[in-house]
Amino acid sequence: MTARRSRLFAAIALVAVAAALVLIPLTLNRYGLYILSRWAVLAIAAIGLNLTLGYAGQVSLAQGAFVGIGAYTAAILTTSAGWPLLATLPVAIVLCFAIGWLLGYPALRVQHHYLAFVTLAFSTLAFLVFRNEEWLTKGIYGLMMNRPAWFASPLSFYYLCLGSLGVVSLATWWLIRSPWGRAFMALRENPIRALSLGIDTRRYTLMAFAIGSTLGGVSGVLYAPLVEFVDPTPFTLALSLDILMMVIVGGAGFFFGPFLGALIAVLLPEWLRFTQGFYLILYALLVMVLLVYSPQGLLGILDRFLADRRTRAASAARAAAAPTLEETA
Amino acid sequence: MAATVLQVTNVSKHFGGIAAVDGVSFEVREREILGIIGPNGSGKSTLFNCILGQLRPSVGAVRLDGREVTGMRPSDLNRLGISRTFQLLQVFPQLSVRENLILAGQEHRGSMATRLFGPPDAGLTEAADRMIGFFKLSHLADEKAGGLSYGQQKLLDAAMAFMAGPRLVLLDEPAGGVNLTMLASLKERLQAINAEQGATLVVIEHNMEFVMSLCTRVLVLAEGKVLAEGPPEAVRNDPKVIEAYLGH
Repeated sequence: MTARRSRLFAAIALVAVAAALVLIPLTLNRYGLYILSRWAVLAIAAIGLNLTLGYAGQVSLAQGAFVGIGAYTAAILTTSAGWPLLATLPVAIVLCFAIGWLLGYPALRVQHHYLAFVTLAFSTLAFLVFRNEEWLTKGIYGLMMNRPAWFASPLSFYYLCLGSLGVVSLATWWLIRSPWGRAFMALRENPIRALSLGIDTRRYTLMAFAIGSTLGGVSGVLYAPLVEFVDPTPFTLALSLDILMMVIVGGAGFFFGPFLGALIAVLLPEWLRFTQGFYLILYALLVMVLLVYSPQGLLGILDRFLADRRTRAASAARAAAAPTLEETA
Repeated sequence: MAATVLQVTNVSKHFGGIAAVDGVSFEVREREILGIIGPNGSGKSTLFNCILGQLRPSVGAVRLDGREVTGMRPSDLNRLGISRTFQLLQVFPQLSVRENLILAGQEHRGSMATRLFGPPDAGLTEAADRMIGFFKLSHLADEKAGGLSYGQQKLLDAAMAFMAGPRLVLLDEPAGGVNLTMLASLKERLQAINAEQGATLVVIEHNMEFVMSLCTRVLVLAEGKVLAEGPPEAVRNDPKVIEAYLGH
């Protein structure tokens, strides 16, 4: 009964949030819509990293690079080849999946901070390609691109981003509830045991990298028309660290963690604007306090609270049942 | 005579100049419970790791049902029907007891593609609940495995090893750190699964009482070699075994 009630409560909360995400933007100005669109786009990248890092336990500092690859794919194909934006999406997906798969190979040999260094090196490499391969990327001069005609207005483009986030969320929800999701968690929690249970840890590790990276690319395909100008500057290691922060602050390994983390990373600078140059210092302090208090992020706090409540309820039920047991004995 | 399930032929494993396992040969027959005992450092765990693909033997061959499986990856061996438990607890603490068991069986169902698009539980909830019931953990089915007591986690670990209906299960010190009540329960369940489902077991164990009362045959290792082999009583009274355990 309690489980059913909490499921009902979760469903109502979800519908309310979805309704707010559809209705509130109707009242927002151009800048507000840009911020919310940015949240939706970066949340997709964070969902991808959450899959690789949060669920499968594979550290990656390269998610920003995949956003860059997706953004450049969209920008190059729409401006140079005249493709419609939607047609660039499958190309970005295939490209990021293939590169993500290859990037997964080092994860078969090294783990944790060593793996972080490998992915960091890839991130730097990607940035150098974006900046130096002018024949392809126009280097520091960048590529101007327009939003598709149907989504030219800020509101309609926001709905495109929100709709994409919805589709990605549903697909990810399906994936993590499937046996694949369970295998990813097994990789994170105990790869040796997973191997002994017939789980092909090699293939699942590569898959976790490839799918996570693909979502980075999907995010990039939307990022390019969001900013309408693609140059190498946004795709440094800083973006990868930002996305990593979103996953960690929201709660790695929690489905809703990236949504919350991206919201905080995108909105907090706006809320802290009154502090002028101090906002980054405040943000860093808040993150430090959070991680000391709850290394599992914000949703980790909620999870702990719910677990405590369940334990207390179970203890109370046991205590209530004790006299009955004594009577029967 | 029962069919041979596992055949280990002249297996050796060298680490530098040291032979941790030195020319070990033995067979395990269908429905048998073979105990492997020996003092610390006698090569029991290295032998297990050579059989289970964690280590590649320097020399020798391992056969399952007559098929050579030497050096195969643990995941491939598991899908061929060899399952195991570990000396140290190896459950998935953040998953529920039921999820642990579904995980233990899911890779034996269909292909990766069918698992992605099939039902979330890979059609294993009923089988998982039956196994949970068999190991008397039904009241804990929805609890996170990390919240279980040590003994309960040992039972779960064993249940996971049997989930996919393996041909052969290797148990590495199943009694280690388990209290007497839980130990009796574990032994009784292992005997039941052997009798009812015809499971073939190989058990490494230091607890002599546990080995002697559970196993139908015992193999003694010392300094990487087979020192003695036979029924539990005969092995218990073998002067070579007594000397290896007690020293000069």
